[in-house]
Amino acid sequence: MINIPSTIRISFRALRVNKMRSALTVLGIIIGVGAVITMLAVGTGAAQRISQQMASIGSNLIMIVPGATTAGGVRMGAGTQPTLSMADAEAIQKECPAVLYVAPILSGVAQVVYGNQNWSTGINGTTTNMLYVRDWPLTEGRPFTEEEIRSAAKVCLLGQTVIDNLFGGIDPLGHIIRINNVPFTVIGVLEMKGQDPRGHDQDDTIYVPVTTAQKKLFGTTFPGMVRLIMVKARSPEDLGPAEDQITELLRQRHHIGHKQDDDFTVRNLTQMMQAAEQSTKVMTLLLGAIASVSLLVGGIGIMNIMLVSVTERTREIGIRMAIGAKTWDIRLQFIIEALILSLIGGLAGVVIGISASKILSMLVGWSTVVSPLSVLLAFGFSGLVGIFFGFYPAYKASLLDPIDALRYE
Amino acid sequence: MALIETRDITKTYRLGEIALDALKNVSLGIEKGEFIAIMGPSGSGKSTFMNILGCLDKPSSGKYMLEGIDVARLNRDELASIRNRQIGFVFQGFNLLPRTSAAENVELPLLYDGLPARERMDRSLAALATVGLEGRGSHHPNQLSGGQQQRVAIARALVNNAPIILADEPTGNLDTKTSFEIMDLFVRLNAESHITIIIVTHEKDIAEFSRRRIFFRDGVVISDESSEKKDD
Repeated sequence: MINIPSTIRISFRALRVNKMRSALTVLGIIIGVGAVITMLAVGTGAAQRISQQMASIGSNLIMIVPGATTAGGVRMGAGTQPTLSMADAEAIQKECPAVLYVAPILSGVAQVVYGNQNWSTGINGTTTNMLYVRDWPLTEGRPFTEEEIRSAAKVCLLGQTVIDNLFGGIDPLGHIIRINNVPFTVIGVLEMKGQDPRGHDQDDTIYVPVTTAQKKLFGTTFPGMVRLIMVKARSPEDLGPAEDQITELLRQRHHIGHKQDDDFTVRNLTQMMQAAEQSTKVMTLLLGAIASVSLLVGGIGIMNIMLVSVTERTREIGIRMAIGAKTWDIRLQFIIEALILSLIGGLAGVVIGISASKILSMLVGWSTVVSPLSVLLAFGFSGLVGIFFGFYPAYKASLLDPIDALRYE
Repeated sequence: MALIETRDITKTYRLGEIALDALKNVSLGIEKGEFIAIMGPSGSGKSTFMNILGCLDKPSSGKYMLEGIDVARLNRDELASIRNRQIGFVFQGFNLLPRTSAAENVELPLLYDGLPARERMDRSLAALATVGLEGRGSHHPNQLSGGQQQRVAIARALVNNAPIILADEPTGNLDTKTSFEIMDLFVRLNAESHITIIIVTHEKDIAEFSRRRIFFRDGVVISDESSEKKDD
């Protein structure tokens, strides 16, 4: 029968005898656990940032861009050939069952003036559906009406960055701004979204009806054409089917034969983002694995010290055996000692790891997230390390011959 | 039935090619309540015999019956349990745990017997009182004299009410006066509590305290004499 509380007390006393040695051994575990927690925090922070950005560009997104022109064998790059039309957008909305919303976009850059302020920004001609495709609510005002889109009304929705640069504190609703010298009435304010995954400021934008953009802002060499079409699928599972349905539909509409290449490209934005998220996860795992190595080295430090301790205390082990300590009494004593070392190290390592994560995000500006799971994992792992590396010295101690051990000087 | 009975015990050590018989066919019987001195020159086999009696070692051949149990058949942990409950050890070098108070040293056998802390401490202090060390429970070994340290060791041998005390040169590190005090304590424990006491010594005046003297030489018993004292 083994008395755990008394064994713990005995272990603490033995560790106190060699304070410096115990402290240095613990340091190995502190560094290991601290490193694991910090590295996981950095990785989790990066992953979380990516998923926030993913959420900000909208979920289940598909982007369709026109194909490349080929002039005398020279291909001009995606989007150089205006092959997508408003009619394509409407057809996708009507005929692809996996598609929820479709928004055509005709964009350009223009100089915007309000009072004595001016600002150059991206103008997106689109429909009201854009707000649903991008999951982008208005904080103020109203979206475009059908009538405004049909009649190419001179109304606009402003992003937060544009408002900051033009209005500086004044409520922009109802005011008139000039875009390329055309007066537009501000009818709504877009909610702040922040940066997209590539670092572009999504709030530096103005939405106008697509018809207005075609007729009054960006001229029209090709009437009814748009720069790109954005599509929201019904669900993540519908992304694949939606892609296929759109491709098939557009090939039909554009009269593309069997052996001909598409004159458009369908991009699954969500899938691209998921790939980015996946690679961050892999990075997190890698960082954690590298940090675990230091925890392992800390464990070897414990084993080393415990082996020294067993040798130094051979006589004590002999005495204990002579007066009736059984195999597991001796083993448990040394395992508990190793466990105490590793758990103290684990506890201190958790504190150090959390602090290091906070300091890192303050000094370097990385977003770090200390998840409770990573703390539990690192702490639990340190305990396992203690038991694992404490076992061999304990096993060795328990096999000593009591007569030899008693004679040991 | 004898408390201890050995039949044809032989212990052979192998040093490479050479086989060395430390004990040859030793047969002895020891009754409960005896006070025995085991004597002999170094290398006579008396320490080997003590280790076997104390269940620290097993004979190469022969039988060792302790209270009717064949000890040679027991495994490591069963032997530990026998040492814990049946035998109290007293060593020449005291063998107390350093940096551990007298009371905590004394309670160790009870710890390995699985007793609760409260009872351990009570019995430990009682055992210290028996050996004349009341109030010294919190002293550490390095704060005690040699004689006092040996008393702590005797208290440790007593605390689990073991019927046998095995003492290996218990006075070897002590001066004459202190040696006699320790021997008086053994005599008292033998007389009052009927504890069987077996002492290994090579000093004649220490052996005088016993009532039966067994001489070893070259691994065999060469004489076994009892002095007619008092009642038995």
